[in-house]
Amino acid sequence: MSTVHTLTIDGRDVAGNEGQTIMEVAEENGIDIPGLCHLPGLHDRGACRLCVVEIEGSPKLAAACVTQIAEGMHVTAHSEKLEDHRRAATEMIFLERNHVCSVCVANNHCELQDLADELRVTHFDLPRISPAVGIDASHRLFAIDHNRCILCLRCVRACDEIEGAHTWDVMHRGLETRVQTDMGIPWGESPTCTSCGKCVQVCPTGALFEKGRPVASGSKTKRPFLPWLRVHQEERGL
Amino acid sequence: MSEPNNAARPIRRPNQEIHDGPVRASAYVCEAASCMSLQAHEITVRLAEATADAGMSDVAVKRVGCMGLCAAGPLVKIPQTGELFSAVTLDNLEPIVQALDKVTDASARLPLGPFFEHQVRVVTENFGEIDPESLDDYVARGGYEALGRVLAEMTSTQVREEITRSGLRGRGGAGYPTGLKWTTVAKAAGTQKYVICNADEGDPGAFMDRSVLESDPFRVLEGMAIAAFAVHATEGYIYCRAEYPLAVARLRGAIRQAQKAGFLGQGIANTSFAFDVQIRLGAGAFVCGEETALIASVEGKRGTPRPRPPYPAVEGLNGCPTLINNVESLANVPAILRNGSEWYAGLGSGKSKGTKVFALAGRIVNTGLVEVPMGMSLREIVYDIGGGIVDGRLFKAVQTGGPSGGCIPAQFLDMPMTYEALIEVGSFMGSGGLIVMDDTSCMVDVAKYFMDFCRDESCGKCVPCRVGTTQMWMLLDKITRGKADLIDLAQLERLAGVVQRMSLCGLGQGAPNPVFSTLRYFRDEYMAHILERRCPAGVCEIEALAQHAEVPA
Repeated sequence: MSTVHTLTIDGRDVAGNEGQTIMEVAEENGIDIPGLCHLPGLHDRGACRLCVVEIEGSPKLAAACVTQIAEGMHVTAHSEKLEDHRRAATEMIFLERNHVCSVCVANNHCELQDLADELRVTHFDLPRISPAVGIDASHRLFAIDHNRCILCLRCVRACDEIEGAHTWDVMHRGLETRVQTDMGIPWGESPTCTSCGKCVQVCPTGALFEKGRPVASGSKTKRPFLPWLRVHQEERGL
Repeated sequence: MSEPNNAARPIRRPNQEIHDGPVRASAYVCEAASCMSLQAHEITVRLAEATADAGMSDVAVKRVGCMGLCAAGPLVKIPQTGELFSAVTLDNLEPIVQALDKVTDASARLPLGPFFEHQVRVVTENFGEIDPESLDDYVARGGYEALGRVLAEMTSTQVREEITRSGLRGRGGAGYPTGLKWTTVAKAAGTQKYVICNADEGDPGAFMDRSVLESDPFRVLEGMAIAAFAVHATEGYIYCRAEYPLAVARLRGAIRQAQKAGFLGQGIANTSFAFDVQIRLGAGAFVCGEETALIASVEGKRGTPRPRPPYPAVEGLNGCPTLINNVESLANVPAILRNGSEWYAGLGSGKSKGTKVFALAGRIVNTGLVEVPMGMSLREIVYDIGGGIVDGRLFKAVQTGGPSGGCIPAQFLDMPMTYEALIEVGSFMGSGGLIVMDDTSCMVDVAKYFMDFCRDESCGKCVPCRVGTTQMWMLLDKITRGKADLIDLAQLERLAGVVQRMSLCGLGQGAPNPVFSTLRYFRDEYMAHILERRCPAGVCEIEALAQHAEVPA
């Protein structure tokens, strides 16, 4: 038997089980908190920072995807200040690499694009970094364009936690960080990849895509879209 | 720097090996990293030979740890008279041999001089006195007395209470009460618990922990053993950066000796208490000084932080309750238990008890290591102990707390160095590096330097730190090149706030601090770069204006 906690999110009274995160309780109650690294069914890592919320009595912002609920908590998930911060983080993601929607395979099917739309991002003020980073198209069916990768690591987690292959991992640090297949070998040569395509399915942008799809053809539909992610989540008792 | 191999080379130590008679005079040669880089070890060997050749069989030559006055190294001290020879080279040993010859029981002791007189040595009490590679030397100076007493007479609760009463706070930076941390770990549920010593000192200009490990490694091991007893841990790790080869070599030797002597391992000091220590080397990532990243690294994973809670005290290494203390915090522990918590709480001021070791670096005469009571004024540290600014120039600011800290301008020279006072002026204690700057430093350039450090050291996990630190660096770079306008400055300030509030760990949250503090105290320098396109300190290379500015006649 687990303890039930009651709390408020944006002034609404909600309840959840002990151990649940603010994000999970918000999702159950139809409160939309943005997040790009979060995907139900995968282990949360609190890295994109878009889901930051204010908790009454705490001077710091907390990532809703990794913060557990507590009795009597008052959470603010939407405010002018939070939107401004989220807009800044979204802007950072856009300027870090090379996100040009008009020529992207994920155009109109992209979570980053949706987020910019939702947050009413109209222009960029901050310096653009955009180094030219590589593309690996060595796999028979799929390709990765690192220029569109936002390092949410959904692919890494889906490959490890759902498929159990652990083909994807991370290399280098800071701006040099890249997702990699096995120990940095070309994807097409990976002996561990099962070609299941889950990484492509979970990618929020056009970084991972099916080969042969033209611009804006959208190999992905709106999430949540993988029923087995939910099944897996329930099996694990999350 | 090559791997130090002095442990393999025998040093003649007449007092122990050649004769049993009393020692009339001795020469202590500093063999810490700074002096070692100037042939200190060769000096020890040559000095032992020279005294032997001169027939002085009652003279001992031994290596000791850091004496603190690193700027004047290599240092040789004659403890019987207090004579200190600085900048010793292999060619000028004769004066030392002559001085040793003259020492008698009646020799007068020379005054120590202001550098030493203003200091209060607790953590560094054995520095320059003991051979850091000798357990006997450590025990002779009261080492392992505290552990013996703890195991024989005290319960773990009593030890924790003693530490709590002493008022000791974390010396790694944040100043979290050590007693409270110990109690949390002790009370956390779980049968397996760990103690980790954080020796991943990474702040530019900071070398306190390195010196402790090089000069008195047994003290850290004793502190860890006491901590382990107090929190019911049986295994310990020292996470030391690989860039400290001498510290690592001395630690390895110390662990071996302590194991042999029964101060580590099963049945310590003939009691049922068991505790052992292993070393883990960091591979050059600043972020691994952050406790959750450190734990991931010890576990063999990528050194990236994770969100807290759960805190390591509850869920740390391998998911078990883990106590993580900094080197200096642990080095305080034996002294507190030997001399009592009242004695320790009597040092320092307000909520900042005890002493603090500072590494003096930058434009200061006496570059080196000092230990002072908490609450001493910055002026005393910089001028009385540090000897003032190089070439008698004008003091401009001192950077404390490394890349997550801030600068303190001249108007606060009389402020007491306490955790609270530093936060009030927009900086923080940090690990204890003090980088002194004079009027030849450009504060925008300083902010840019620290931002460059942070963007390079960002682990890349969270967006605000990975991207934001680089963007801040780009804006600062634009300002120092004379290419920025006021909109860029406004963007910099906005960005700094976002990175501070949104980042996952202390590295990102602290990265904007140098920008905030230089803007707070030296905004005029930013303005000079932007509006007048000049660098007041003459450091930054302002680029020429574009051609169209020159209007043809």
